[in-house]
Amino acid sequence: MRRIISVLLENEPGALSRVVGLFSQRNYNIETLTVAPTEDETLSRLTVTTTGSDKVIEQITKQLNKLIEVVKLVDLTEGSHIERELMLVKLKATGSQRAEIKRTVDIFRGQIVDVTSSVYTVQLAGDSEKLDGFIQAVGTSGVLEVVRTGVSGIARGEKVLSL
Amino acid sequence: MELLSGADMLIRSLQDEGIEYVYGYPGGAALHIYDALFRQDKVKHILVRHEQAAVHMADGYARATGKPGTVLVTSGPGATNTITGIATAFMDSIPMVVLCGQVASTLIGEDAFQETDMIGVSRPVVKHNLSVRHPEEIPEVIRKAYYIAATGRPGPVVVDIPKDMTTPNERYEYSYPKKVKLRSYNPAIRGHAGQIKKAVDMMLAARRPIIYAGGGVILGKASEQLTELVRTLGYPITNTLMGIGCYPASDKQHLGWLGMHGTYEANMAMHHSDLILCVGARFDDRVTNATEKFCPGARIIHIDIDPASISKTVDADVPIVGPVDAVLKEMQALVKESKEKPDADAIAAWWKQIDEWRAFHGMRYETSDDVIKPQEVIEMLCRLTNGEAYVTSDVGQHQMFAAQYYKFDKPNRWINSGGLGTMGFGLPAAMGVKLTHPDDEVLCITGEGSIQMNIQELSTCKQYNLPVKIINLNNQALGMVKQWQDMNYESRHSQSYMESLPDFTKLAEAYGHKGVVIDKKADLESKLKEVLAMKDELVFVDIYVDRFEHVYPMQVARGSMKDMWLSKTERV
Repeated sequence: MRRIISVLLENEPGALSRVVGLFSQRNYNIETLTVAPTEDETLSRLTVTTTGSDKVIEQITKQLNKLIEVVKLVDLTEGSHIERELMLVKLKATGSQRAEIKRTVDIFRGQIVDVTSSVYTVQLAGDSEKLDGFIQAVGTSGVLEVVRTGVSGIARGEKVLSL
Repeated sequence: MELLSGADMLIRSLQDEGIEYVYGYPGGAALHIYDALFRQDKVKHILVRHEQAAVHMADGYARATGKPGTVLVTSGPGATNTITGIATAFMDSIPMVVLCGQVASTLIGEDAFQETDMIGVSRPVVKHNLSVRHPEEIPEVIRKAYYIAATGRPGPVVVDIPKDMTTPNERYEYSYPKKVKLRSYNPAIRGHAGQIKKAVDMMLAARRPIIYAGGGVILGKASEQLTELVRTLGYPITNTLMGIGCYPASDKQHLGWLGMHGTYEANMAMHHSDLILCVGARFDDRVTNATEKFCPGARIIHIDIDPASISKTVDADVPIVGPVDAVLKEMQALVKESKEKPDADAIAAWWKQIDEWRAFHGMRYETSDDVIKPQEVIEMLCRLTNGEAYVTSDVGQHQMFAAQYYKFDKPNRWINSGGLGTMGFGLPAAMGVKLTHPDDEVLCITGEGSIQMNIQELSTCKQYNLPVKIINLNNQALGMVKQWQDMNYESRHSQSYMESLPDFTKLAEAYGHKGVVIDKKADLESKLKEVLAMKDELVFVDIYVDRFEHVYPMQVARGSMKDMWLSKTERV
């Protein structure tokens, strides 16, 4: 099952490599990984999406918790949550394609953030399925380049991950 | 406040930490530190002949004393040579701090001479590693390193020290922190009371209970609490290879150790139990055999300081995260005050069954009139030393024989590389023990394969006068490899023997020690007595044992705990 694990990590050199190393050492999957400092500059927030049986996920969270630099973590998929990913896509856009792409971008509530005579660069945010859906809708033949940030997530309601 | 250079701060920090011995080897990046070491006499340095041995020495010291060991090496090859030793300590959760020199911070990343990314290289085999980024941090980094190494589930911690952090003429204010607090590291200090109560209720209701104890009992200094609880309950106990000595082997409630080469009765009792109380063990694959066939009728209570050890390979019904000594103490109190008592008839029937299993195999082996059996060497050593020696071992058949036939009644005396299985561990570990236990008998039980992996340390033994006894069970082959080849590869002995073994006695003599050969069964006892009487000499005892002996019992691969070979021809 796919899980989103959100981690508060000491913002120190080497801390990220410990997290990434743990996944490869113990043969766990990383599907996406995002990391950036938080409003408290001593902490980074790291979001990793992974797949595995309940037993594997239990081990992943326990092993992550064992890392000295991991301060706190939560498996967001255990409760209701919001997940978002940002994608930038460069699309071939000439002739009648231009209007068609514009319409599709509007339907997906994206934005065209850069335009040349033959290329549109589209920005789109949403959960991973929505981003996949957009690529499908415009068709892979017109896609010149895709860059995705990986998933960030946050729990719904009062629940917060903080010290 | 005093002004000290980084190097002096480092050594002063070790003094303030109460460190007696540092095992190491100097080199360029560590020279400022070695100079600071020279200008004091509180911390003693032991110069080994290879850095791997320094780590095993620190490891032996830590296992025998329960205190963290300390290693000091230079950057690059000095640091990378410690990796096998660090991995050995990591797998067995041994507290240790490894101080590594590093090229100057200004050179890091430039492929400087003797530069290795030790933080990166060591990362998968350490509990934690730290690098010094400013000389002023040194006291705090050292305090943190020992705190992390010795608390919770212990383990090795590497500290990387760039050379410019220890420059002699740059001085800073020194003060050693009394306490260290890490917001992200808080090992449990007691178990969950509700879980403990639940566990005790289950224990008192069990009809075929067994206690399965591991190295965590020794690391957690909980042998006394365990022994008390087991005696109060009157239940059978088995322990892992790492747990040997956590409960007296000579006690009638003790079934010997369990697993791949465990006793018949311990493995049978585990398989047929209805309740397992696991204390500080981790359901390792060398214990459980195939996990899907593991103890089908048993409910499992698992006490461990490390939550990640619980339900990792085998699911626990009642997990208890906490220090074993505190949890066992609470259990003992609950058992004593409980109105419920174990079902006497059920427990008596259980013991009757266990005694039948005990009688069935009883660790028998075939003896011979002329060939020396490795098992009888160990039994004789146990008798001649009253079971009170510190015994270190290397890895292979001799390790299993030593663990099976030497009966340990006390913890911290059986010292082996259980998790990683590191050949070359035995001699340096014995040296680490002997250094701090000069009046105790220290035996290194080894084989002619393993001993050659760190034999250069005979030189260190001479320098520091470490009269350990090296018991070389010489079967002229890599015995355990050969045994597997006999059992699984139709006796194709691919690379499992060495054609040109040295004359070990002459080698020992060349290093300034004594050498004794025993190749006749009739001489075994008298010569071993002579050897043990040479209190002040390191004696290399080269004993020619049966070349064809196998270690039994041996669990059948991919079977359950009860599937075992009991001899070359008997399978149950």
